[in-house]
Amino acid sequence: MNNGKDNYALESKNVNFFYGSKQALENITMQIPEKKVTALIGPSGCGKSTYLRLFNRMNDLIAGTKVVGEVLVKNQDIYKNNVDLVELRQHVGMVFQKSNPFPKSIFDNVAYGPRAHGIKSKDQIAYIVERSLRQAALWEEVKDSLNKNATALSGGQQQRLCIARALAVEPDVLLMDEPASALDPIATQKIEELIMDLKQNYTIVIVTHSMQQAARVSDLTAFFYMGQLIEFGPTSKIFTNPSNTRTEDYITGKFG
Amino acid sequence: MRNFQFYKEKFIEFLLFGCAFLSVIATIGIALTLIVEAIAFFKIVSLKEFFTSSEWTPMFSEAKYGIAPLIAGTFLTTIIALLVAIPFGTIIAVFLSEYANKKFREAIKPVLEVLTAIPTVVFGYFALLFITPKLQVLLPDLPGFNVLSAGLVMGVMIIPYVSSLSEDAMQSVPNSLREGAYALGATKLRTAFTVIFPAALSGITSSYILAISRAVGETMIVAIAAGMQPNLTLNPTEPAQTITAYIVQVSMGDLPHGTIGYQTIFVAGLVLFIFTFLFNILGVYLRRRFREVY
Ligand SMILES: Nc1ncnc2c1ncn2[C@@H]1O[C@H](COP(=O)(O)OP(=O)(O)O)[C@@H](O)[C@H]1O
Ligand SMILES: [Mg+2]
Repeated sequence: MNNGKDNYALESKNVNFFYGSKQALENITMQIPEKKVTALIGPSGCGKSTYLRLFNRMNDLIAGTKVVGEVLVKNQDIYKNNVDLVELRQHVGMVFQKSNPFPKSIFDNVAYGPRAHGIKSKDQIAYIVERSLRQAALWEEVKDSLNKNATALSGGQQQRLCIARALAVEPDVLLMDEPASALDPIATQKIEELIMDLKQNYTIVIVTHSMQQAARVSDLTAFFYMGQLIEFGPTSKIFTNPSNTRTEDYITGKFG
Repeated sequence: MRNFQFYKEKFIEFLLFGCAFLSVIATIGIALTLIVEAIAFFKIVSLKEFFTSSEWTPMFSEAKYGIAPLIAGTFLTTIIALLVAIPFGTIIAVFLSEYANKKFREAIKPVLEVLTAIPTVVFGYFALLFITPKLQVLLPDLPGFNVLSAGLVMGVMIIPYVSSLSEDAMQSVPNSLREGAYALGATKLRTAFTVIFPAALSGITSSYILAISRAVGETMIVAIAAGMQPNLTLNPTEPAQTITAYIVQVSMGDLPHGTIGYQTIFVAGLVLFIFTFLFNILGVYLRRRFREVY
């Protein structure tokens, strides 16, 4: 299809996914380009999270799940036997819907990943922590309280901390599952600004239930419906001139 | 009708309060009995002798009343038991909670819990007749009654208390924390020990405190396998007696009410009561100290 002209960060070929006997994804083929923001939209339960979690093999943690088809990260099938999950998850970071800071200090939260990947030097860790917190636009707010427990931060700060924590391992890809769904409008705006900043250097895939958010932050949009990929294309086209009527019905709010 | 409901509620409230009150009364009653008899005891034996004498021989004609040997025996058996129960219990808990799949976990838990259903007398004779001879192969000078064997077996007996409570505590750590660590590329082992274990520390600490209380209060195993000689030593290869073992030994004899021998039971009981009480307070404190909000 593509002769190496485009660089796809992530790719799925005819992927089917099962929770036990329940099929959650049907034949999804999709190519996600590098250093762009790709939004996954669709009604609740249509398989957005399941699809997102394929790329760092988070679904593996759920017993009885099965993947059929190819899931490629940098042209490597990550469901092959010899894949190093530690390495994969270093390349592909994730931010969850509900912020999940560890009950540790702010510093230790951000330092967790680098330490897990074997960085021991205190100076280097401190440098990474500061850099990551700055990238996540949180440094100014927490620089004097790095030893404070992360669970004491506000919801929006916790989510930016989780972004900083993900960035600290220097991933290329950032998977975000409704990162702002539990936040107030101001905190949401901060996260969105952050995503715009980060896309210079990262491939971002974001699940969102807010179409305004998808329109604001993404370059490409994929519309999922009942486990199927209905339409995928440039965000401007999906929102102004969708080719599928179900996409149109969804974005005009006829259902969802 | 409304009135009936109202009185019914009141009655139930009263009943529940009564039950709670009863247990408080029982505790106070026990403490008072112990204290009254102890006061009578200390009219005859000085506090100085009680705390500084290195011998406990109330049944001898030349009686000595130093509590130290019994405390040493209790301390020693408890330490040995904990050295077995805490590491094994914790590792089993980590394994069951973080590694084993659900099926295996559900299968293995009842097996572990059967250990707690075995009467401690059985453990006592197991220590005396099975473990001690085995240990004597390694340590030829080991006497037939010794603290080591009793402590080890007691430790095995306590493992399920530690593993079951610790596992519950780790299971109740939200899965989102586990996913957070895995998503950063942490291995299972690292996640278990640097995220799940600390997050569950409050519950894990409770399990350790329970283990300590269980070890301090254990009677039959030490009475049977450790010998009945009060012995001021910290050498586990010697025989010794614990506070509880002393109490059964003396209670089985026929002691006239009001004699000093009779009162020693209550004094020993009081010491034990104070120890367990302190551990419970420590437990409550640690639980608060390590409570995590997720
Ligand atoms: N752990 C699970 N076990 C079984 N079914 C699941 C599980 N997680 C999700 N599903 C099912 O898979 C489908 C897709 O879910 P999900 O990917 O979470 O949807 P979305 O993120 O679009 O709301 C839903 O029907 C959901 O009920
Ligand atoms: Mg979802």
